[in-house]
Amino acid sequence: MTNDPFLIAGTPLKSRLFIGTAGYPNQQIMLDSLEASGAELVTMSIRRISLDTYSGSLVDLLGDRCRLLPNTSGCVTARDAILTAELAREALATNWVKLELIGDRETLYPDVEQLVHAADELVRKGFVVLPYCNDDPVACQKLADVGCAAVMPLGSLIGSGRGIANPAAIELICTRSPVPVVLDAGIGTASDAALAMELGCDAVLVNTAISKAHNPIAMAAAMKAGVEGGRLARIAGRIPKRSMAEPSSPQLGLVGT
Amino acid sequence: MIRLKINGIDEDVAATTIAQLLAARGIDPAARFLAVAVNGEVVRRAIWGEAAVNAGDAVEIVRPLQGG
Repeated sequence: MTNDPFLIAGTPLKSRLFIGTAGYPNQQIMLDSLEASGAELVTMSIRRISLDTYSGSLVDLLGDRCRLLPNTSGCVTARDAILTAELAREALATNWVKLELIGDRETLYPDVEQLVHAADELVRKGFVVLPYCNDDPVACQKLADVGCAAVMPLGSLIGSGRGIANPAAIELICTRSPVPVVLDAGIGTASDAALAMELGCDAVLVNTAISKAHNPIAMAAAMKAGVEGGRLARIAGRIPKRSMAEPSSPQLGLVGT
Repeated sequence: MIRLKINGIDEDVAATTIAQLLAARGIDPAARFLAVAVNGEVVRRAIWGEAAVNAGDAVEIVRPLQGG
């Protein structure tokens, strides 16, 4: 897959698998999983410091081996998401942001109205915005229209492991989107990641499916293989689906005819 | 002493600049990956030595953490 360039905002990325850093059994397993995944783009959150236990060690460990993508997870207003993005830019010296604007705490569904507003504002402020959004072609189009560098529709609810709930919608988004499509949220196992790529996604973002797997390091390797297999299949071009059987062996020269 | 709202909590601190505020809270202002906002505006690290904090200011002090 070395001749399969992938650009976001003009920046080439080596891996089509993006990885989250939350919820691993411990830091070493997180680092080993990151290694096994081959991911280059890695997400982090921005949080108030605990005045007792400040430590910058995680970024020190990650900073050299990957490109950090701070998120605005947990934000429910455009104002807080914009401030979080600006704080992330200052803390991590990156203008890239995974924009999350949550409209409902139980489902963590995006608030599309505020998302588009915040994305517009952040693009004007010079950010490379990658919004976590609904699997809705209209929402994705609006986000691309305001200048987002990619769109990141959900496969299913964050952390649910339910895979891609509406493959037809994801495929439609991929067909229409003028910017890269990154499937974000809902991936449960490697075949979900492969399906995302087969549907035409440019990349996949995975966190919980790896960090909470029985063996996160092995699952990270499985996700890497899933993304690569799905991408190869997409490029290769799958056969059309048929309703009846189509024999694969020759029909002439059958014994006994 | 002035009263500030630091990360959402009212606190009395002896500080007139952001650098002094961080030091007073046991945070090395030279530590990497910190960011500070006062009243909703990010204050660049380069001016932490001069940037004033005034009674009633809401200060956010953040750093990156694990995230998805």
